[in-house]
Amino acid sequence: MELKSKAPGGVLADKWNNHKFAMKLVNPSNRRKFTVLVVGTGLAGASAAATLAEMGYHVKSFCIHDTPRRAHSIAAQGGINAAKNYQNDGDSIYRLFYDTIKGGDYRSREANVYRLAELSVNIIDHCVAQGVPFAREYGGLLANRSFGGAQVSRTFYARGQTGQQLLLGAYAAMNKEIAQGNIEMYTSHEMLDLIVKNDVAQGIITRNLRTGAIKSYIGHAVLLCTGGYGNVYYLSTNAKASNVTATFRAYKRGALFANPCFTQIHPTCIPVSGDMQSKLTLMSESLRNDGRVWVPIQKDDTRKPSAIPEAERDYYLERMYPSFGNLVPRDVASRRAKEVCDKGLGVGGTKLAVYLDFSNAIERMGAATIRGKYGNLFEMYERITGDNPYQTPMRIYPAVHYTMGGLWVDYNLMSTIKGLFVLGEANFSDHGANRLGASALMQGLADGYFVIPYTLSHYLATERPELIAETDPSVSEAETKAQADIAQLLAIKGSKPVDYFHRKLGRIIWDYCGMARNEAGLKKAFSLTKDLKEEFFSDVAVSGTATDLNASLEKAGRMVDYLEFSDVMLIDALERRESCGAHFREEYQSPENEARRNDDDFSHVAAWQYMGAGQTPKLHQEQLVFENVELTQRSYK
Amino acid sequence: MNFTLKVWRQANETSRGSLETHSVTDVSPDISFLEMLDALNEHLESQGKDGIAFSHDCREGICGSCGLMINGRPHGGRKNTTVCQLHMREFDDHDVIVIEPWRARAFPVVKDLVVSRKSFEKVLQAGGYVSVRTGSAPEANSLPIAKEEADRAFLSATCIGCGACVASCKNASAMLFTAAKVNHLYLLPQGKVEHKRRVKNMVEAMDASGFGNCTNQAECSAACPKGITYDNITRLNREYLKSVFTT
Repeated sequence: MELKSKAPGGVLADKWNNHKFAMKLVNPSNRRKFTVLVVGTGLAGASAAATLAEMGYHVKSFCIHDTPRRAHSIAAQGGINAAKNYQNDGDSIYRLFYDTIKGGDYRSREANVYRLAELSVNIIDHCVAQGVPFAREYGGLLANRSFGGAQVSRTFYARGQTGQQLLLGAYAAMNKEIAQGNIEMYTSHEMLDLIVKNDVAQGIITRNLRTGAIKSYIGHAVLLCTGGYGNVYYLSTNAKASNVTATFRAYKRGALFANPCFTQIHPTCIPVSGDMQSKLTLMSESLRNDGRVWVPIQKDDTRKPSAIPEAERDYYLERMYPSFGNLVPRDVASRRAKEVCDKGLGVGGTKLAVYLDFSNAIERMGAATIRGKYGNLFEMYERITGDNPYQTPMRIYPAVHYTMGGLWVDYNLMSTIKGLFVLGEANFSDHGANRLGASALMQGLADGYFVIPYTLSHYLATERPELIAETDPSVSEAETKAQADIAQLLAIKGSKPVDYFHRKLGRIIWDYCGMARNEAGLKKAFSLTKDLKEEFFSDVAVSGTATDLNASLEKAGRMVDYLEFSDVMLIDALERRESCGAHFREEYQSPENEARRNDDDFSHVAAWQYMGAGQTPKLHQEQLVFENVELTQRSYK
Repeated sequence: MNFTLKVWRQANETSRGSLETHSVTDVSPDISFLEMLDALNEHLESQGKDGIAFSHDCREGICGSCGLMINGRPHGGRKNTTVCQLHMREFDDHDVIVIEPWRARAFPVVKDLVVSRKSFEKVLQAGGYVSVRTGSAPEANSLPIAKEEADRAFLSATCIGCGACVASCKNASAMLFTAAKVNHLYLLPQGKVEHKRRVKNMVEAMDASGFGNCTNQAECSAACPKGITYDNITRLNREYLKSVFTT
């Protein structure tokens, strides 16, 4: 299989425009004849469903929540980037493109990233028109802030709720179309399988989470907008229901999974407090603007932080990176925190945390100023930990936050299965090996509002896909399989709850395929997950029935996919014998412990093909071609 | 810490429910209320029993999925806090904790502590949007909006749709929920064009969904985990009357 990116030729800045003109359109009166299935209602799914319905397509939208508004996009705090250059500080589409491709450590496609930067400005216009209450200046114009170490202020925000407000905008647009009958909304529906016939996506199998009913839906195209797989680590900043099932089951039907080992670990999260912890909470990285990161110089120092004198503290980021200090990028800050904790210098009960200290900032600017800047974050921290960060340093530790890997798609967002499109975090495309802050919201909305309307129309106009009959064997085969999988899980009747296995898997992947990876560890992880799989299928306790609301069964189904998916992640991490972005292979580092890329051998997208149960997946490579940017080594010294 | 829980169990919408008693022991004060329920469920499931069904997802107070009546107070009664962010250190050792679902005709029980909030969807579908097609928007800064107005709109827009307002109200009224969306859009120039029709249609949809009437007791606002203020309802009343009499 040759992976063709289908990125158009020509001048970078003209590619998308030319491509738009070259693509075929569907006549308005013909659009209602096409049924499009959109799975997921986060920013990518909601924006796609609303826009396609507005255009006249017949849209069926599916989400696992009781309403589209609860998708995990709502949790994004920081903001959304756009190259508006409202601050007159030298921003441009090209600069946003350049920052994004460099931030991704040169493992993404130039044409895709440029298109993303280009569309960013349209997103802001559209969201403002929808009534998204972005922050404003006293003159009434939109406010911006600098985010994630960017040298320009290009981030638009709505306090700490940017994701929530953007999703409410897209959800409102969906509501309008639902009311008019242009979107058929299926809430509390989980996609269990993809129906594929003759290598073309024809529909999906879903389970109604309230009644347990298994049903098939047939469409002319399927859009997966089902988010990332961060919960393979069990503990992450993702919501509990976020999962890999839809994309992984599409992978098992023939879609290639690209760069699964590229997972982002965010440095400023509230640390784990105990075994029953169910999720981790992100604290906006803006805190590093004023907080100083440190650990005690002595091991096992049990003194209160205020009792440790300055001379016995190691402000290790300031020491190692004199020019960037506490503001080094996410991957660097995370790895250094892990290192000091691995040396036994961590703080707090679990020793897996470092201090983020605001005492200097409070002394310098006063508590009131700090409250104005970070008040809501300090409150959240106190609610969760019981500590008051105005009086004692915060304790922070890195946590899994975002997954850059996902289903492989071409420039048109189509996967290796015809008619299966993948949008947002679920695809692999635009963030390379490391995503920059405030870029996830931008990508989800660019894909849904502005890319898919064109590329889907082109597919429908040129391929003219036909609906298969509901009685087609490919439908009944997928339905029967979904039912059999559920019956198998319910029949095990073991003694350990699903989360027991999920915690164990998470621990393995975190230890061996987390912030730092090495060959021996990755190989060990394979054998550990193999044992865990065997234990799961012999001893998992799935209670309840198949025909009811059953959280235990839902979790078990997702767990099966995590167990299998983790192997694809591990093999990808093993095969990528270089360090780049969030992927840090300990064998490939500079003498100063910085990541060392290998552009000669690994300047490619690694896309994995499912070869059958228990078989090693097959690697396909898409070579990345850089015509416009020069590949440089990042340095923050 | 040790607690006695009295938890509402109900198999489905039509069956009769009742309180079931469970003891939970050795609970860390640092875990959240939902993590305490997770532990109980793991214990039940490993014995082959049905876990207690409850809604939850983001566990950071923003998705609006969770919502439990704890000792008669929505989300447990801690100010500006959803139940997923409520931690066990807020309780006293050996407390008896009564856990019930939202109680409202418009929110039928699905199972145990899970209710259906589809009625909220109907209210928003009746007009909770600005009709703007993708691609038709003017340049964002062509429409200046005073910061004060934008900030007020934002405060109304922070509703997470959890339903605590309805659960706290003795009449199970959805006025605060409806008012928050009406005001968010009314306070912005983008939303003014369709305002009259919106307020009328949304109030009618609210009434048709089985919610009760508002009797101005402001329990809703006190229970709202996002602190949405009561003056939203005042403005909704005014705007509704204006809309009815002028259209």
